[in-house]
Amino acid sequence: MGVGIKVENLNAWYATNHALLDINLHIPGNECTALIGPSGCGKSTFVRCLNRMHETNPIARVTGKVEMGDTNIYGDISPVEVRRRIGMVFQRPNPFPTMSIYDNVAAGLRLNGFHNRRILDEVVERSLQNAALWDEVKKDLRKKSGASLSGGQQQRLCIARALAVDPEVLLMDEPASALDPVSTAKIEDLIFQLKSQYTIVIVTHNMQQAARVAERTGFFLNGKLVEFDSTHKIFTNPGDKRTEDYITGRFG
Amino acid sequence: MNDTHYKPSAANRVWRNLADHTATALTILATIVVISPLIAIFGYLLYKGASSLNLNFFTKIPAPVGETGGGMANAIVGSAVLLVVGSAIGVPIGIAAGIFLAEFGRGGRLANLVRFTADVLNGVPSIVMGVAVYALIVLPQKHFSALSGGVALGIMMIPTITRSTEEMLLMVPHVIREAALGLGVPNWRSVLSITLRTASPGVITGCMLAFARVAGETAPLLFTAFGNQFWSANINQPIAALPLQIYVYALSPYDDWHRLAWAGALVLISLIVISVSLVRYVTTRGVLKGAS
Repeated sequence: MGVGIKVENLNAWYATNHALLDINLHIPGNECTALIGPSGCGKSTFVRCLNRMHETNPIARVTGKVEMGDTNIYGDISPVEVRRRIGMVFQRPNPFPTMSIYDNVAAGLRLNGFHNRRILDEVVERSLQNAALWDEVKKDLRKKSGASLSGGQQQRLCIARALAVDPEVLLMDEPASALDPVSTAKIEDLIFQLKSQYTIVIVTHNMQQAARVAERTGFFLNGKLVEFDSTHKIFTNPGDKRTEDYITGRFG
Repeated sequence: MNDTHYKPSAANRVWRNLADHTATALTILATIVVISPLIAIFGYLLYKGASSLNLNFFTKIPAPVGETGGGMANAIVGSAVLLVVGSAIGVPIGIAAGIFLAEFGRGGRLANLVRFTADVLNGVPSIVMGVAVYALIVLPQKHFSALSGGVALGIMMIPTITRSTEEMLLMVPHVIREAALGLGVPNWRSVLSITLRTASPGVITGCMLAFARVAGETAPLLFTAFGNQFWSANINQPIAALPLQIYVYALSPYDDWHRLAWAGALVLISLIVISVSLVRYVTTRGVLKGAS
């Protein structure tokens, strides 16, 4: 089941560049939350702070508090454990090129020392089904490399790979920006189905996409969270002038 | 079409075609220049050495002076032993150091020191490596040994393998590492099972280059493995090696030995080619359809 995420006074830096300023927000569980804003506004940095990927960059620094359910993810817990519970799908599909489709999906479990063949088979099938990819690849599971799939299929493979470790939250950093419209529609359908089981946070440049898939939307600008509200409110009656300018296309 | 659309003139088209074909011809020429020395050497060795190759060459040890016949069976086995010892030392240390440079020490002072040391080590003449290992192992033990020869070869393999492993790991896209970390895989595990595995074709090529290079080395073995006219596979005893045997036979005054030296050189090159191809075959067999 997806859990909610509470963010308090989150600040993040790249060296001396203050990328996120005092972010406070509450992401409800089992919903899809979209983050929009112009390039460089900090929305990607923000989701990378949620699963502690931000700190894998040696010049990066972060302060503040992020609570997932009742776990403080910057508290007494290893970043590895955090990332196991908060899955991530990246902007460009990044399957492991030397691994088969099966091995890609099983990677998260295997690399954490889990090798029960029967359960792995089950998890791989279920994850690929949840990612709406099973029917397209079931014949070539072990024969084909993950890199041999089309871009849209690769991205769904990456979603399946993230789902296989059974996370509570799924972060998606512009998951459809490198895909064609048909593949994009498939990913959006998928988000619709997945949010019954997971909390989803999606970064997107595409405002129609945010409007289609998300219950709530946050608007970032220059490292600040300008407005966070129901998607309907943001797109029909934004409370902030800057939000209105952005969604009506006056800048960004 | 508007008027600013660029239309090449006929002369321009001729010139472009000419440039295109010239460039293609030059690359083909360069390829031929690269391949021809290898073919020339191999052809000459076949011409000079093939006639002396027979079953005896692969089964007999060298004949005493004054007797004809004999072979290099002990040297073939000796070279194999030396290369196994050398690879057992050079491959793991080289790969581990390469991993350190690319994944953990990046940009650090220690990494720069290791990289610099590796480059210097790469330039150390092989005879010096032999003398160094002589001082380190042969003198304290008070006898020549296969072990010391293997150590000399192993040390010579390290810098090549380290630098090529580093280069290959750095070529693995950052997004692949992020994918692994994002799955909650510990960093060390991600480095070994994802990054190194993705880079493995290049890493293996680096190892094979180092292997092929030291397989033909004579100088570092002169004071270490020393050579041996008899059977020995004991790593604490002096051991024969193909390059050493070729060296001794080529300098001898006997025609019979000269012919054996040619045959030895042919066998040495063939064995290197065979073992490199074998490793390549074995390591690419499991590659999947569409893997990049």
